[in-house]
Amino acid sequence: MIHSLFLINSSGDIFLEKHWKSVVSRSVCDYFFEAQERATEAENVPPVISTPHHYLLSVYRHKIFFVAVIQTEVPPLFVIEFLHRVVDTFQDYFGVCSEPVIKDNVVVVYEVLEEMLDNGFPLATESNILKELIKPPTILRTVVNTITGSTNVGDQLPTGQLSVVPWRRTGVKYTNNEAYFDVIEEIDAIIDKSGSTVTAEIQGVIDACVKLTGMPDLTLSFVNPRLLDDVSFHPCVRFKRWESERMLSFIPPDGNFHLLSYHVSAQNLVAIPVYVKHNISFRDSSSLGRFEITVGPKQTMGKTIEGVTVSSQMPRGVLSMNLTPSQGTHTFDPVTKMLSWDVGKINPQKLPSLKGTMSLQAGASKPDENPTINLQFKIQQLAISGLKVNRLDMYGEKYKPFKGIKYMTKAGKFQVRT
Amino acid sequence: MTDSKYFTTTKKGEIFELKAELNSDKKEKKKEAVKKVIASMTVGKDVSALFPDVVNCMQTDNLELKKLVYLYLMNYAKSQPDMAIMAVNTFVKDCEDPNPLIRALAVRTMGCIRVDKITEYLCEPLRKCLKDEDPYVRKTAAVCVAKLHDINAQLVEDQGFLDTLKDLISDSNPMVVANAVAALSEIAESHPSSNLLDLNPQSINKLLTALNECTEWGQIFILDCLANYTPKDDREAQSICERVTPRLSHANSAVVLSAVKVLMKFMEMLSKDLDYYGTLLKKLAPPLVTLLSAEPELQYVALRNINLIVQKRPEILKHEMKVFFVKYNDPIYVKLEKLDIMIRLASQANIAQVLAELKEYATEVDVDFVRKAVRAIGRCAIKVEQSAERCVSTLLDLIQTKVNYVVQEAIVVIKDIFRKYPNKYESVIATLCENLDSLDEPEARAAMIWIVGEYAERIDNADELLESFLEGFHDESTQVQLQLLTAIVKLFLKKPTETQELVQQVLSLATQDSDNPDLRDRGYIYWRLLSTDPVAAKEVVLAEKPLISEETDLIEPTLLDELICYIGTLASVYHKPPNAFVEGGRGVVHKSLPPRTASSESTESPETAPAGAPPGEQLDVIPTQGDLLGDLLNLDLGPPVSGPPLATSSVQMGAVDLLGSGLDSLLVELGGGGSGALIGASNFVSPPAAAVPANLGAPMGSGLSDLFDLTSGVGTLSGSYVAPKAVWLPAMKAKGLEISGTFTRQVGSISMDLQLTNKALQVMTDFAIQFNRNSFGLAPAAPLQVHAPLSPNQTVEISLPLNTVGSVMKMEPLNNLQVAVKNNIDVFYFSTLYPLHILFVEDGKMDRQMFLATWKDIPNENEAQFQIRDCPLNAEAVSSRLQSSNIFTIAKRNVEGQDMLYQSLKLTNGIWVLAELRIQPGNPSFMLSLKCRAPEVSQHVSQAYETILKN
Repeated sequence: MIHSLFLINSSGDIFLEKHWKSVVSRSVCDYFFEAQERATEAENVPPVISTPHHYLLSVYRHKIFFVAVIQTEVPPLFVIEFLHRVVDTFQDYFGVCSEPVIKDNVVVVYEVLEEMLDNGFPLATESNILKELIKPPTILRTVVNTITGSTNVGDQLPTGQLSVVPWRRTGVKYTNNEAYFDVIEEIDAIIDKSGSTVTAEIQGVIDACVKLTGMPDLTLSFVNPRLLDDVSFHPCVRFKRWESERMLSFIPPDGNFHLLSYHVSAQNLVAIPVYVKHNISFRDSSSLGRFEITVGPKQTMGKTIEGVTVSSQMPRGVLSMNLTPSQGTHTFDPVTKMLSWDVGKINPQKLPSLKGTMSLQAGASKPDENPTINLQFKIQQLAISGLKVNRLDMYGEKYKPFKGIKYMTKAGKFQVRT
Repeated sequence: MTDSKYFTTTKKGEIFELKAELNSDKKEKKKEAVKKVIASMTVGKDVSALFPDVVNCMQTDNLELKKLVYLYLMNYAKSQPDMAIMAVNTFVKDCEDPNPLIRALAVRTMGCIRVDKITEYLCEPLRKCLKDEDPYVRKTAAVCVAKLHDINAQLVEDQGFLDTLKDLISDSNPMVVANAVAALSEIAESHPSSNLLDLNPQSINKLLTALNECTEWGQIFILDCLANYTPKDDREAQSICERVTPRLSHANSAVVLSAVKVLMKFMEMLSKDLDYYGTLLKKLAPPLVTLLSAEPELQYVALRNINLIVQKRPEILKHEMKVFFVKYNDPIYVKLEKLDIMIRLASQANIAQVLAELKEYATEVDVDFVRKAVRAIGRCAIKVEQSAERCVSTLLDLIQTKVNYVVQEAIVVIKDIFRKYPNKYESVIATLCENLDSLDEPEARAAMIWIVGEYAERIDNADELLESFLEGFHDESTQVQLQLLTAIVKLFLKKPTETQELVQQVLSLATQDSDNPDLRDRGYIYWRLLSTDPVAAKEVVLAEKPLISEETDLIEPTLLDELICYIGTLASVYHKPPNAFVEGGRGVVHKSLPPRTASSESTESPETAPAGAPPGEQLDVIPTQGDLLGDLLNLDLGPPVSGPPLATSSVQMGAVDLLGSGLDSLLVELGGGGSGALIGASNFVSPPAAAVPANLGAPMGSGLSDLFDLTSGVGTLSGSYVAPKAVWLPAMKAKGLEISGTFTRQVGSISMDLQLTNKALQVMTDFAIQFNRNSFGLAPAAPLQVHAPLSPNQTVEISLPLNTVGSVMKMEPLNNLQVAVKNNIDVFYFSTLYPLHILFVEDGKMDRQMFLATWKDIPNENEAQFQIRDCPLNAEAVSSRLQSSNIFTIAKRNVEGQDMLYQSLKLTNGIWVLAELRIQPGNPSFMLSLKCRAPEVSQHVSQAYETILKN
């Protein structure tokens, strides 16, 4: 099982180590540093590294490497999932997960890690339970603690851990009972030069924020559940009910959680809400190149596209760019060669465009590669797959909760080749 | 106010100050001090000197302080074992605490104190906690057993904790069950022999129930444990699958992959005709695709596993090609894996899309990725024949870009394409030659030189090109030097007049000025070949090369099956069985996919074989000296080995010389194929086994060829099994002529041994024989020669040589032969069944790689399984016996004590039959699986197996 954990920042310092079994010398990380050096970018460090006596499994998030050390055959996905869970927990506890924050809260971090694993076996990974065991630091609590000498360690048995609904703590009480659901869809797409779709798929999630008193039992039904043929559920969802009736029935955890994620595959037709017209050309003879991009709406079901940003990694040979946007602001970093254009809203009457010239290194030949354009956007009040919630019902409790559903579509990995 | 304050140090020595604070009377100050100690510890500072002071703080009601002290204890107890004993009392007391949280905490911490002396004191409290009324305590205690086992395995066994742990598998609480399984699995890993997780249908049922209710991590442990179970029949397998499938929708990717493992494994037992089988296949695709939208690290592991799944069951993801398309900001390790899978999924249906993508990738920035993309284009060409032309033109386009590494990579793959489709795309050579100067990588240079040498007759200035390489001969890498040597020799053999000087130059460079033994030896061999017998040299150097197989990086079927059992583990990431790399090689048990068993059938084959049976037979395996000699003599007397006529002129000299220096290396080359990576070496190693000894034998004296044959397999030439003669035509039906006969095959020729008996009262003359058209075109190679008239009651034995060039017509049964015999009295017809093994040709030994690729390539529907009963032979005996009938063993593996023989044979009409023979020592029943593109022959091949093995 998981032996040890090392937290390493991008400059290669180990700033926290935790051992759940015997102590593993930090020199084991030397193998990791080697791999880190070989990889040109931090993202490219391989997640599984073997050393003579151990295996190092790592995830890279928030500019920190979380490196787990294992000694025997352990499912690597188990370890990597767990590491991601650690990061999520830190984020949940401290709001952000960064080196200074972890250093500032080192004792809480240590206590949390101790509760998460026992001898390498996961113990409590639900943040509901963890928060019962170890209270997250708040400014008020820290002040109170220092004055009164009380601690942030709970002295209760984590009741949820043993009930049939381990994800929910008992005795929850709210004065305002509310349940909000956000249906968020991300479009991953590759569009080729000519504007036709190479591949497009939708990754959807339903995030919930449920603050309900007692033990509510919810059911959520959809107008078109047929869309959901590839789903992953939060453990609270009763799978049998889904299989037979195509509705979600569950006792929700308290607070924020991922109710379900789904995938609408490339085989279904995915509507592409934007198009990009581009003309990026280099000439062999001249050191000037032409650059022109226009962004426009395509299939938006009448909704506005907002929060549009366009970014593109320009070829190394490009020295500078002289561009004029019709709206928004743009920057070009001559070191990383990253062009980004913050467009904002798209007005269908007046399409935003960015035009101008690029200057190449004098004498350099025409670059081999074509830059790929990366697109970000958001569309409120639209689930592009067409998924629609029918109704939400609550059983088991008497009160009447506030209910709300919000839809949003945004770009995931949305790339346009030129 | 944050914890960073604990790191501020004062000048006067931190430890000293902390000590004072720890011993303070004020509770508050104590706790702050402990916090400071912990903070120092977490960043790796040594605070072990404070051990006694910290332990003193342990007796407290404050839960946080207690926890902090426990943290400290776990970290430092090892370095202060004597002091750690002080803590024991508190632990024992805490284990009795009314609060289950405290009890659990105590038992948890206890196990983490890795001190031998303490462990004994902990047994009693642990035993109590394992039976605690609170499941939270029980589940913590279960893990504690694993901890204790890690420290002192013997103690755990002696105290009977393992049995208690096993009992916990049937606990009422799912979390306890999950932890017990996890603990047992971990213990079992260091004890592969012990049968800790002895699963039976009852415990499986318990696990499946717990699976629905326990935490996500518990589900992983339970699923991994389930995967080790072998259901008794397909019905049980299906019911487990049904209960596991809901896990595919879990949000935790590790749960999903473990569920996939269980399903992939148990699916093996389900019949393909079952509706459920199809449903299951359909259900597997979406979760695998979903894994690809997770974080890149998860994607990587998922992709490595998908790579295996795609090889085992390509049908699952065949429509999902697009999800493997590479995004430009994927991490490189994800990109490379996706590319690999794209090629595996490439088929005629999607090749256009794939090629368009690959071409796109070839213009990306990342050099490694671009190279692999170019290689992928070549692999597509080789895999999907219809696309070869398009691939070649794509590669040419890429060469036009003149990007250096793209050009080099393209040339390397074009060489492979030439080897797969010879004489098809040579028109591009001109373009390739234009780029000669830009090549600076050894592999690309070697590939280019190979192309020039191979097609020297079509390249006008081949000699100039090669000469230009020769200038810097000593600066080239070995790979290029070897290739250059071979290429120039080829050139010389093709255009001897103009290139004499060049060849002499390269031979002297290779033999005299080089320190590299490989190069020198190859130089000498060529030199001698050329000087002794140019004809033979031509046969050797310009021998026809076997075509390269489609996918060279396929995993061997047995290994693949084993890896499928390890889906989701490190083994699946490295594509190696765990015993190949897991620390200490703790004798990990081999896993294999369960055999398909139908519930209706009685599954057990009777194990009636007397245990002592096999050894008696083994003696035959290693022939005695006399036998060897006999074989040799036999061979010399036998008909000449097919091949070029022996050149006897300078045999003596050449042979002596070669025996001096060249032979050893030659043998090495032939035997080990040591330099298999070199293209040139294939000239030596790859030609069909039968041709090599014949060709090389020529200048070395005939005796040598015998040696070669002996190394390649004892008894090749002793001929295949001959059945005793049977009466084919009784006298009653043929007016007194009785014909009995049998078929034989000896050294490549088939003959029909006939015995004609005249039971009539008159003399018989004018015999003639004719065959009807038959499945394999068998026909008499010579007229039936009965020299003297056959007088009454006389018998004559005739051996009628046969060939297989007659007309072909499919017969029913396949091996039916209709014969007409004529004599002076009448014409008689009879039909007989010939054993198929007379059609097994001598060069039926397939190359390993080729075997793998072919095995995979032949659809599973063509696989036929047979059982050969009552055959008390061991693997070696079987293998040698079959080999004498031209069934060649290509590889042998031992899996779970079973011997698996992989064999190939070729029929006279060129049909290959691949076989997997499963032999269990002590069990006289063998399992034979045959795969062949013409499945109708399988049954007859299996009969041939039986005949050969039982006689």
